[in-house]
Amino acid sequence: MSRQKRAARRLSTGTDRESQHRVTNLWQDAFERLLRNRAAVIGGILVLLLIFLAIFANVIAPYHYARGDSDENYMVPLWLTKVMPGNMENYATIGNKFSLGADYLGRDLLSRIIYGARVSLPVGFIGATTALVIGLVYGCISGYYGGKVDDIMMRIVEIVYAFPTMLLIILLMAFFKTTFGGAPEPGTASYTFNKINDAIDGLFGLQGGGIFFIFMGIGITAWMGTARLARGQILSLKEKEFIEASRMIGASDLRIIVRHVLPNIIGPILVSVTLDIPGYINTEVFLSFIGLGVDPPTPSWGSMISDGAKAIRSYPNQVLFPAIILSLTMFAFNFLGDGLRDALDPRMRGTQ
Amino acid sequence: MGRYIVRRILWLIPVFLFISIVTFALVHAVPGGPFDREKPLPAEIRANLNRHYGIDQPLWKQYTDYIGVTRNPQGEFSGVLQWDFGPSYASRSRTVNDIFRDHLPVSLKLGLVAMSIAVGMGVPLGVVAALKQNTVWDYASMTVAIFGVSVPSVVLGPLLILIFALTLGWFPVAGWGRLKQMIMPAIALGLGSSAIIARLTRASMLQVTREDYIRTAHAKGLSEKIVIVRHALKNALIPVVTVLAPMFASIVTGSFVVEQIFAIPGMGKYFITSISNRDYPVVMGTVLMYALFLTVSTLVVDIIYAFLDPRIHYD
Repeated sequence: MSRQKRAARRLSTGTDRESQHRVTNLWQDAFERLLRNRAAVIGGILVLLLIFLAIFANVIAPYHYARGDSDENYMVPLWLTKVMPGNMENYATIGNKFSLGADYLGRDLLSRIIYGARVSLPVGFIGATTALVIGLVYGCISGYYGGKVDDIMMRIVEIVYAFPTMLLIILLMAFFKTTFGGAPEPGTASYTFNKINDAIDGLFGLQGGGIFFIFMGIGITAWMGTARLARGQILSLKEKEFIEASRMIGASDLRIIVRHVLPNIIGPILVSVTLDIPGYINTEVFLSFIGLGVDPPTPSWGSMISDGAKAIRSYPNQVLFPAIILSLTMFAFNFLGDGLRDALDPRMRGTQ
Repeated sequence: MGRYIVRRILWLIPVFLFISIVTFALVHAVPGGPFDREKPLPAEIRANLNRHYGIDQPLWKQYTDYIGVTRNPQGEFSGVLQWDFGPSYASRSRTVNDIFRDHLPVSLKLGLVAMSIAVGMGVPLGVVAALKQNTVWDYASMTVAIFGVSVPSVVLGPLLILIFALTLGWFPVAGWGRLKQMIMPAIALGLGSSAIIARLTRASMLQVTREDYIRTAHAKGLSEKIVIVRHALKNALIPVVTVLAPMFASIVTGSFVVEQIFAIPGMGKYFITSISNRDYPVVMGTVLMYALFLTVSTLVVDIIYAFLDPRIHYD
């Protein structure tokens, strides 16, 4: 092959690749960039694994999360006595029935950790979804219509936003727990909420867990950040010519928002929502730790850490394993979120 | 600028109103009175107690009494505005004020140490990472930062106990009073914030060191140290001020769990106990006080920021 031919070939394949590149859209580009980011890929795989764990918890977990036997409380497998600090072998009931040991009621730690994913992951995703849906709708309306509507809507957000989130959630949860707990009369609002809660608990296979109330507590506070972000994005976008143009040809507001505004602002919002997921998971852990989260015997990593911390001197395994899985989850979502941000907005790489 | 500050301070009024009404409403919507016992009290005693504490009054009156803008059943103005948070239902001999006096200083001390750790570790880590960008130093400090962001204090507390108290025996497992007992809880509380500060400092430092005035400073022959400290760091730290307010919030809420883990007799530990005891005046008082503290500190941080960054104009 002559040199010219090879050069021509190189040129043509080059242009080929370029034309191919032109047809890929923003999302495919972003996805390719995401795949090249090793930390994000590891995070993504971990997240998928956790989802798998949560969905098939009833198959994977060796025991049911509430199954306990008082003869087996604090039972510790032999291998743990060798690696844990202290001298467990002198006082603990040693038995290899549970691979990570049993808790103070003789319940299998491993099974409870696996079922715990059914609390933590939904909380993360529901938090993100409410933030996305409510925040986006609220922010879009406020930003797009502007003027008085915007003024009023943003003042409301500003006031509620000033309430420190965690304190508001604590109050809400204390309120939900006492008002909707127990067995309220049929026909009241509490009764309806209780029924919804039972249905959702049943959906996750965690009867009597009270997850719905955690969803509500987090949902009520989660959307405001997104609303402000969406509004800001729209304000900078709505004066652009292509919005003007589409209004000129008679497109309805809804069509303009959905077809022209949303696709242009969704990237940064998705990133911010993903980066908030560890926060929602942490909120649930925090609530369960202080006794305002899921109701026993439903396992939550937070309540397991809380129970385990009380026995940390004698049985460090009780607190260590739920702590490890929680940190892994947080790492996974943080890596994925960071990677998503770098992929969707390469200019932001390496900054906050 | 003056107008901006006045407007922000006036804005606190509706915010405080909202926070206090929501807190009061949620706490009072909870069914069951404070004097419900397993063995019911005689009706006359109940009525007397209710009258004494003003529980027989309409709800709005109870609210205004609690805030301290109307006379309470004892005929006094005595509410939050007069720094009186009312009686505690769980410990009859102490008022909420007494509880604050006993437990708040402990939390305050812990919070201050945690904050010093957050700033003292976060800023140097961020600066080193930025100055040695893309070197081992950078990666090491950013790994520490990712660790700090991903490991919440709920996890970090027990982890520190396991490693440094139970395995190495350097620190006592729990307790309060000696300096040695303060270090682990303060790290558990402050590390998350220090990670956020480190990441922000790094990003901001990277941006600043590319500015023209840094090149000018170098060009006129200033030493590297002076350029970094006087010119770069001073400007790079301005955006870092903005994370101080959320940092306070995370330290306040973090103290609830950290004090529980390390058995520290602070307000956070007492607050958790009050929730399980349903001692609502204490819950309400703590939430209100912390909420007020956090909103005011957000305001102060915003005003400081406005002073520090003259490029930003406020109308």
